Amino acid sequence: MPIELTPPTRAAPPTPRNTRPAATLVAEFRGVGHAYGATVALDGFELEVVRGEVVAVLGPNGAGKTTALHMLMGLLAPQRGSVRLFGLDPRAGGARERLGAMLQLSGVPETLTVREHLRLFASYYPAPRPLDEVLALTALNEVVDRSYGTLSGGQKQRLHLAIALVGDPDLLVLDEPTTGLDAASRRALWTIFRALLGRGRAIVLTTHDLEEADLLADRIVLLHRGRILAEGPPEQIKARTASRRVRVVTHLAESWFRAQPGVHDVRRDGSAIEALCGAAEPLVRAVLIADPDAHGLAVGGATLEDAFLALTSGGAGTTPDGATLAAGVPA
Amino acid sequence: MIAAQPPEVLPRRNRRAATGRYLRTLRLELGAELLKNLRIPVYAVSTIAFPVMFYVVFGATFGREPAGPVNIATYMLATYGAFGVVGAALFSFGVSVAIERGQGWMRLKRASPMPPSVLVLAKLGNALVFSAAVVVALMIAGFVVAGVLLSVPTYLQLFFVLLLGAVPFCVIGQAFGYALGPNSAPVVINLVYLPMAFASGLWLPIHQLPGFLQAAAPFLPAFHLGQLALSTVGAHAGGDPAGHAFALVLTTLVAGSLAMIAYRRSSIATYG
Repeated sequence: MPIELTPPTRAAPPTPRNTRPAATLVAEFRGVGHAYGATVALDGFELEVVRGEVVAVLGPNGAGKTTALHMLMGLLAPQRGSVRLFGLDPRAGGARERLGAMLQLSGVPETLTVREHLRLFASYYPAPRPLDEVLALTALNEVVDRSYGTLSGGQKQRLHLAIALVGDPDLLVLDEPTTGLDAASRRALWTIFRALLGRGRAIVLTTHDLEEADLLADRIVLLHRGRILAEGPPEQIKARTASRRVRVVTHLAESWFRAQPGVHDVRRDGSAIEALCGAAEPLVRAVLIADPDAHGLAVGGATLEDAFLALTSGGAGTTPDGATLAAGVPA
Repeated sequence: MIAAQPPEVLPRRNRRAATGRYLRTLRLELGAELLKNLRIPVYAVSTIAFPVMFYVVFGATFGREPAGPVNIATYMLATYGAFGVVGAALFSFGVSVAIERGQGWMRLKRASPMPPSVLVLAKLGNALVFSAAVVVALMIAGFVVAGVLLSVPTYLQLFFVLLLGAVPFCVIGQAFGYALGPNSAPVVINLVYLPMAFASGLWLPIHQLPGFLQAAAPFLPAFHLGQLALSTVGAHAGGDPAGHAFALVLTTLVAGSLAMIAYRRSSIATYG
């Protein structure tokens, strides 16, 4: 099953790819459209998730990520198209017995303990995972009899994950699982996610962090304003998107930068030049050869919005604004 | 659509096992609901201690004075009992549903395979346990403070009328819980609960209220529960108890429809 990088200028929704055996198909979206009033949340959204696959739905806030997940969990019926979970309508309870979800929560009943929360959620599932196993996976052994209100931020997030895992699901849905966590807690969660892989379990996660998507996913779906801009393995997406930002003080002209391979966008900022590119190293090497006096060099990650802009501008010098971006991707 | 699922995707569920699981979930859900609230002092205090405190203050002050065929302490045992169960019902449904919706917690439960009826039954059970507790506490307080001693059948009648009478207010609470936000729910419910209790004659006997309130009272569901409770001690204002019961059934149906509408609206509300 070759996964092609969807060109950003693709005119029609992708043709149905019914080449995968139904048994391995975990989730599918077919021509899904949804709008909240005048705001389009999803438009012609197509996605298939097979067993054992980790798919990251990557997009800035408001891209439609959460809407797609809510449909998958049966919380929302699509206005157009269809959503299937294990071949069933997710709104029917049966399909959700094989689903575990970690949603964005602003609170959980605070006076119940970790053990009480997990025992209750375990009772919802026909074949739950043993409590000890869940606690070991999420490193919550030490705090099992502490109430939710007394947990640290990282521990709370790990309990949200434990709740998702307790039913031993075949599909794990993670809605921005590390948003708002400190670096150490993020790394702790990533370690757990990777420990969960390779057991035939599929994961669909949303994130607005390219690094997170790259680290965890087999496949990245780039979503912007409800439409899929690109889809493919992380290396392909990273090569296509401007994932790095190089800043340097140099006498080299903007046009020189634009001529370099892999450069998507160039901006002048006082005496410094800022270039968005797929990989920083070739550009830095070229700059230092062409201008031995170049200094003030800084390399950082590009924002997701920058990455999207670069993707639709195709490396041309202009920076299209949001409207141009949307117009550049016909439905 | 995709091809038909192979058998292992849809495990054939054993009906008895499913029933057993349902009951186990219900037991755990009810236990969680009770523990959750018992550990919040402000909840336990406001649902049980406030009605008892008011009753002791007013009952002790006016205790031996007559109120129709019974003394005022007996009369108020019925009306503060109604006041107590209405509060337990409105708060255990309204406030907790609104807060848990606001947290995203309800959404997570709906995304799980939890049968939705389990949550409603658990919250109903919680409301009934707290209702029973407040009624028993009032009965003890009535005996200790004002020497109110009823016959066992009268005690039982009063107890079950009040407990059953909590149900319409659970449904009203459910409607509030789905219609209101987490911050506004406690405020709005108090603004409805306290004036309604007063105007329904639950704090002071209805015949001591101004005329316009006496005229308005039949439009308030709490008035009918108060009168039904009073009828068990033979002190209701008049009218057939069946009429009051009918008014409460009607209230339940109307509030149930409103709760359904509020639930649908809340579940299609915007998502980020």
